[in-house]
Amino acid sequence: MKIGFYPGCSLTGSSREYNESVVAIAKVLDIELTEINDWNCCGATAAHSMNEELSMSLPARIMAMAEKQGLTEVVVPCAACYNRLKVTQHDLKDETKRKRVSEILQLPYDGSIEIINVLQMLEKYGAENIKAKVTQPFAHKVACYYGCLLVRPHSILQFDRVEDPQSMDELIKVVGGTTIDWAFKTECCGGGFSVSRTDLVAKLSGNILEDAADRGAEALIVACPMCQSNLDMRRGAINKVIERPSDIPVIYITQAIGLALGIDAKELGLKRHFVTVEL
Amino acid sequence: MEHKGKITDLQSHTGVEVMRCYQCGKCTAGCVLATDMNFPPSYVMRLLQTGTKENYIKILGSNSIWLCLNCENCLGRCPMEIDIPKMMDYLRTQAIKENILHPDSKPIISFHRSFLDSIKYTGRLYELGLIAEFKARTFRVTQDLTIAPAMFLKGKLHLLPEKIKDRMTMKRIFAKTIENVKTENK
Repeated sequence: MKIGFYPGCSLTGSSREYNESVVAIAKVLDIELTEINDWNCCGATAAHSMNEELSMSLPARIMAMAEKQGLTEVVVPCAACYNRLKVTQHDLKDETKRKRVSEILQLPYDGSIEIINVLQMLEKYGAENIKAKVTQPFAHKVACYYGCLLVRPHSILQFDRVEDPQSMDELIKVVGGTTIDWAFKTECCGGGFSVSRTDLVAKLSGNILEDAADRGAEALIVACPMCQSNLDMRRGAINKVIERPSDIPVIYITQAIGLALGIDAKELGLKRHFVTVEL
Repeated sequence: MEHKGKITDLQSHTGVEVMRCYQCGKCTAGCVLATDMNFPPSYVMRLLQTGTKENYIKILGSNSIWLCLNCENCLGRCPMEIDIPKMMDYLRTQAIKENILHPDSKPIISFHRSFLDSIKYTGRLYELGLIAEFKARTFRVTQDLTIAPAMFLKGKLHLLPEKIKDRMTMKRIFAKTIENVKTENK
């Protein structure tokens, strides 16, 4: 199965273990990933906070490049990029906006590409395949943490249930794990405030970790580089504000599946986390 | 003093009709930073409904519009489907335009500007450059001094930026949007 691939900036830098694990499991599952040529940054929170036209033009160029390459479906593992691409595609259904963005880009854009997140890719092309290829069941009790950008706004993304999503939980069950019911599945971790307001990230991410710990989770499973880096790299700041400091690891769904498929921890980038992963 | 023109502008840019809000308070109940804000989201809606200049300026000068993380919980739970996050984006650009800025906006705007500068020249985010520029803009020289070396050792930081080939298009995108005086802060 061939599919387009937009890694985005985080996956080439601070979250390269997400990229490594996506690539590693895709190989085992016979999913051929074709990277978009000469892709650019989606603009993330910064662009839409500062200028609407900029926030649409950056994702539009990415999709225009993918169209030029003949891709019809593109997987976007970063939840923030996935959200920006989907929302832009929706906004550009408005003819005035599309005309203006085409004028800026000077590239043809028709908005026909199917943008999917990593959970959708695994559900669509992997679920049966994964089950058959599990060699070391992921026998752990975990909290699946979806965050904001994978599920909201529901009217545009149309993905899973907005308050109590299940797709990641289902994938964990496929590889032999159990998932907890908990209250912070889709609460915000502090997102883009990691550098500018680390204090608020510590507070919000602390609430998430505490609830997961209280309910006996051995690990948090995520599908967003911002959630992962806030919960993992900011653990020092978090542990200063929560009652019981926590050493629960935070790993990507692709790393959990990779372990179950028997892929080496190092190849999955599990040595790159700040909080030691022993699963 | 009546200030309806601003409310009409807000509606034409965001599609938000402030009078549709009936103050149920679900947005505030679900907002993770409501307690850190000068006014929680439902209060912002109420202030806008009064349509006075005084209240509009109060909102632009509040930290509420800057602390909004655009997590979209409010929109997800609003029975009237009022797009508060989109409205917050608009109010932020208006606050910059009018230069009515709460002190809490400073590190947040500095971060956004550093981020955008980084991608403008190279096409992709250069995290080390972003951190350096943020420190320079905010004088927070000592922040994250321990995290950056640890990130580097774990292979998470590039020393040099990745550059895309078509930097002309990037340049044009910035020139025609955020740097274009006519459309700035639109």
